[in-house]
Amino acid sequence: MNAQEPKILVPRTRAPEAAHRAARLPRVVLALILIAAGLLSLFILSSTDLEIAGRNFTSIALLLSALVFYSGVIVIVTLFENETLLSFMLLLPSIIAVAVFVYGFIGWSVRVSLSQWQGLLPDYTFVGLEQYINLFNDRRFMINIRNTAVFTTGFLAGCILIGLSLAILLDQRLKGESLFRGIFLFPMSISFIASGVVWGWLMNPATGSRITGINLIFQTLGLDFLISRWHTSPPPWGMAFTVIPAVWQLSGFAMALYLGGIRSIPEEVREAARVDGASELQLYRYIIMPLLQPVTLSAVIILGHMSLKIFDLIVAIGNKDIRLDVPGIYMWTTTFDGTNYARGAAIGILMLISVAVLVIPYLIYSIRTEAEL
Amino acid sequence: MNFQRISLRPLIYLVLIAAAAFYLLPIYMMVLTGLKSFSQVDLKTMWQLPVDGIHFENFVAGFNQLAPNLRNSLVMVFPEAILSSLLGSFNGYLLSKWRFRGSNLLFALILFGMFIPYQSILIPLVKFMQFLNLYGDLPGLVLVHIIYGIPITTLIFRNYYAGISTEIVEAARIDGAGLMGIYRSIILPLSAPSFAVVIIWQFTQAWNEFLFAVVLTNQSNWPVTVALNNLAGSQLVQWNVLMAATFLAALPTLLVYIFLGRFFMRGLMAGALKG
Repeated sequence: MNAQEPKILVPRTRAPEAAHRAARLPRVVLALILIAAGLLSLFILSSTDLEIAGRNFTSIALLLSALVFYSGVIVIVTLFENETLLSFMLLLPSIIAVAVFVYGFIGWSVRVSLSQWQGLLPDYTFVGLEQYINLFNDRRFMINIRNTAVFTTGFLAGCILIGLSLAILLDQRLKGESLFRGIFLFPMSISFIASGVVWGWLMNPATGSRITGINLIFQTLGLDFLISRWHTSPPPWGMAFTVIPAVWQLSGFAMALYLGGIRSIPEEVREAARVDGASELQLYRYIIMPLLQPVTLSAVIILGHMSLKIFDLIVAIGNKDIRLDVPGIYMWTTTFDGTNYARGAAIGILMLISVAVLVIPYLIYSIRTEAEL
Repeated sequence: MNFQRISLRPLIYLVLIAAAAFYLLPIYMMVLTGLKSFSQVDLKTMWQLPVDGIHFENFVAGFNQLAPNLRNSLVMVFPEAILSSLLGSFNGYLLSKWRFRGSNLLFALILFGMFIPYQSILIPLVKFMQFLNLYGDLPGLVLVHIIYGIPITTLIFRNYYAGISTEIVEAARIDGAGLMGIYRSIILPLSAPSFAVVIIWQFTQAWNEFLFAVVLTNQSNWPVTVALNNLAGSQLVQWNVLMAATFLAALPTLLVYIFLGRFFMRGLMAGALKG
């Protein structure tokens, strides 16, 4: 990576002075036009509204005008031939967007979570950690934590076991490998809402003459003992059944990670083990599995952080059923149905903390190892 | 040992086929239901093939339920995917080829934005969008998707550009090309594959996204995920129509996966921070 540092580069050859000055003039003109146009449209839009096809585009147009103005500034910066400065200036809009929408808003949420804002009108009266203390004495939030724990455990175990098994089976150089791979992975392209709606229906708990879905299959096959109330089972088992759609959707991702990992192990390693008399089973147990540990780490972190945030899938399966409540849903309903903004913000921040504990070390590790390449 | 492997083959196929059946079960049910006539739809026979020919009544009914929302999703998704890929390409180029002091830290800070639970920024976001007059409508939703898409699009392009040899870039510099010139003449022409990855990824993400959509749009602008969830929660819709509607809502991203799966996979793997 060090080779990419621009500092070690040969300084660019200078064009003759006169030609250089002549090349500048169009750029100055362009810059002035952009700046003037940006300012003009900012000025116009500040006093009137812009509607296109019945939609209000005023703010978007203001944003675009600001970008036009800013691109004029950037053209001026190009005149200085300081490319580090130019690079930073070009990144600045994205940096500002992320700084405001990610970090600024997190800060704002923290502030809301330390307030007593309940109701439609903001009330930032500082009450310290009261919202957080209340949450830890709140039965519903305790159910949330238990449900998240049940879901995360089942989801991780299911995805990793199924993903690893499928990857090992697919590694056997079979005919139709890519077809199987495609089938195991396609659920990833479907929304959590769509798969939640379908699985909610397939796991229909009705019995007797209304029996349907997977229960109907079990009945037809004479496997009556498998007939289940699925996600409507008494807690915490109901939550455990929501793992099925989640594993359906994401085990293929784990499979792809593992298959990638297995395929990146050099063939010589396997050959060496075989020459030493290892059976296929021993080969996987003692050679390949230990080499896959980093893949497991990635899978646990990526899937784990998804399950801590799980929201739409459960909404679509449970339709706000309190027995399947998770923090994401509690935050949503208490904030927007119950207008308890302060509590909603506190739940959001607790979710953020749980994800950050998992992800930040991984992020640091990923960037460090990359920098050493 | 080879003998052992050969004898296991049928068993392996059996397991893989069983697994494939599990993954295809919901699709089988949705398509099957959609292809039956209304009179053929019955709980008892939901797994059986249609007996009186192929009908599209359920798909038509499902489409009628979701048509405005499918349109909303389409209107939202295209500008979102194209603008975020342009932005991501620029950011990725600058962060991989024009590093400055602290640009790695900056990249890490941007990347963190891709993992946060959006519940932790939701209240400020809603208030801010209301303040900007972008609340309730699709342009605001597009803007939000673009901004929260910056981390993943930047990541995918940065990883891709890191693989473009630095010698080419240096040679162009010696020939007097500047930062913009190198992007235009060298980087951009090589970028087609990663543009495909990012456009497809952002398309899929925006099409499937629910939380921002449900919080930031009003009913007439609901994208398809919100409308579908609402449909599922109402008692007025027959299950067969609901299943057909769900299939239609899933179809665009499904088609993208079937025909452009290679690019979709690369976006997927980038999400695990693997280049």
